[in-house]
Amino acid sequence: MAFYELANPHRFMTLARWLVPVCAAAAVALLAIGLVLGFRAPADYQQGETVRIMYIHVPAAWLGLGIYTLMAIAALGTLVWRHPLADVAAKAAAPIGAGFTLICLLTGALWGRPMWGAYWVWDARLTSMLVLFLLYLGILALWRAIEEPGQAGRAVAILTLVGLINVPIVKFSVDWWNTLHQPASVFRIDGPTIHPAILTPLLVMALGFAALFLALHLAAMRNEILRRRVRTLRLLAAAEAC
Amino acid sequence: MIAPLRAVFLRDLRIAFRVGGGAGIGVVFFLALVTVIPFAVGPDLPLLARIGPAVLWIGALLASLLGLDRIFSADHEDGSLDVMLLAPAPLELIAAAKGAAHWVATGLPLVIAAPLLGLLLGLEPALLGAITLTLLLGTPALTFLGLVGAALAVALPRGGLLVAVLILPLTIPVLIFGVAATVGAAGGPVPFDMPLRLVGALSLVTFVIGPVAAAAAIRNIRD
Amino acid sequence: MRLIAEKLTCVRGGRTLFRNLQFEVAAGRVLAITGPNGAGKSSLLRLIAGLLRPASGRIALEGGEPGQPVGPFAHFIGHLDATKGALRASENLEFMQVLLGGGGQTTGEALAALGLDGLADVPVRMFSAGQRRRLALARLLVAPRPLWLLDEPTTALDAEGQETFAALAAKHLAGGGLIVAATHAPLKIPSVQEIRLGTGGAA
Repeated sequence: MAFYELANPHRFMTLARWLVPVCAAAAVALLAIGLVLGFRAPADYQQGETVRIMYIHVPAAWLGLGIYTLMAIAALGTLVWRHPLADVAAKAAAPIGAGFTLICLLTGALWGRPMWGAYWVWDARLTSMLVLFLLYLGILALWRAIEEPGQAGRAVAILTLVGLINVPIVKFSVDWWNTLHQPASVFRIDGPTIHPAILTPLLVMALGFAALFLALHLAAMRNEILRRRVRTLRLLAAAEAC
Repeated sequence: MIAPLRAVFLRDLRIAFRVGGGAGIGVVFFLALVTVIPFAVGPDLPLLARIGPAVLWIGALLASLLGLDRIFSADHEDGSLDVMLLAPAPLELIAAAKGAAHWVATGLPLVIAAPLLGLLLGLEPALLGAITLTLLLGTPALTFLGLVGAALAVALPRGGLLVAVLILPLTIPVLIFGVAATVGAAGGPVPFDMPLRLVGALSLVTFVIGPVAAAAAIRNIRD
Repeated sequence: MRLIAEKLTCVRGGRTLFRNLQFEVAAGRVLAITGPNGAGKSSLLRLIAGLLRPASGRIALEGGEPGQPVGPFAHFIGHLDATKGALRASENLEFMQVLLGGGGQTTGEALAALGLDGLADVPVRMFSAGQRRRLALARLLVAPRPLWLLDEPTTALDAEGQETFAALAAKHLAGGGLIVAATHAPLKIPSVQEIRLGTGGAA
């Protein structure tokens, strides 16, 4: 199906126009509340004040994994149901997901330094997130490498699904590898149970990140649609000229 | 149905042995890598013996990547891929046959060379058998994962680095269990047979998923 | 067996090459696709073969099962020869024969028919362009299929080569085969139908 016929998904564009500012406002509000709650929550008796970085680290990890899942669903949308906006959604989500994963890795390193004296200790969870980050980078590289948007969308969809099959295998193998080499786990945010005073800011931050993702994602999808329109116009202009 | 697949297998094998240094080049690269690492690390035999299994596995991984990016591109460039798309045999099986040829031409020589290189790294003779077995069971997984990367990048010029970037994260589980199985063979808390079986299982899984995903990616370039 | 194209539209790179193309080719007939460079001749051939998906429309082979793709019934010889330089001519041709299901002449006979019999054991990288083209055409003989889709079949062929090809084509047509060929130059076959592309769209 020629994409130039789909370069005007009118309904989506109108929807995005009002939804983006709403989500952005919600994100700002939720993140503000979350941060305030986070600073007012009790400090951990073992780790002191530095544990507060978890309120960014953990939701970022959740978003990194969740966005990959979203991309996998979009991949099915492209390959199986041939939904016209599926590959636009996937392409827009990829850099945002990579960004959240990177935030998770950086905050993990910052957390590790005061705790263990080293920025990176190869514990199971962070290492799994690092592998996820590599998968994201591969996907971003493939998006860039293939020029024609429809073809790129289908190729990335295949890669995303192969990666998805791999994610639980990687998680299992990294956990197993880590128990071989390092009996203690580094980042335990829960004692016997998670105290509600810690859980609430965590959930609020997670919701805030989700709203932020939604705002960024919709805006990025709009940009991608416009970008494809420009590309089509350029191709047509080049064709007219010869 | 077998005859066309065997023809694809033999053709790829013949080309691999006649072109670009032949089968030996992968082994030579393997040897070069294993030689270079002690220069970087120092001639500390106990240390080399400890990292020996890892070095051999990484060497096998990198040497397998050699030529993987060309596995479909070469056929795409001279029009052979078009003919394969129109052949009676399913593209998935053709891809599997090409993967098998790549493994025999590239992976298998590495497996055979591994014990000798293990000696260079100071591995005990008892371990050499184990590492050869793990490489034998694990290098097919590397090849068949590589098929997917090669197919995704088939029409791209200079796809070599991209293919490596796409495949390496996917090969991490094979690496983990392959090295662990070798270390386990030396005794110690880690069992030998469990990781070995996982390596074998991964090879079987990729033997199915690899060609299927590769065929889907190749058909994708029909615009 | 007839080849039927209904309302074929092809869009490459945002440009509509042709729209709502309609034609039929009956057994024993030739369809010549002509037009300037870039008009879409190669794209139309690839479309018929199933190597490209049309923006709309369909291709069907009457006489086969309904909805069956054309691929298994067709030979596609494009611009590229699909020969491997590292292999000998006989090895190349044997591969094609086995891959495509055989059932025709032996490789020896086919090479002889195309004037390559002395070169069977020579690696193809030593061949000239015309010799490679003849090797590519030899596959038409080792695995017979009713539909021939040929993109500039006589490129790089000398006069003798063109005569050889014309003779092969005539024999194929006499046996009830179909030929669709994209070409700049006139083929030395009395062609019955012509589609001219690049004049702004429909034939």
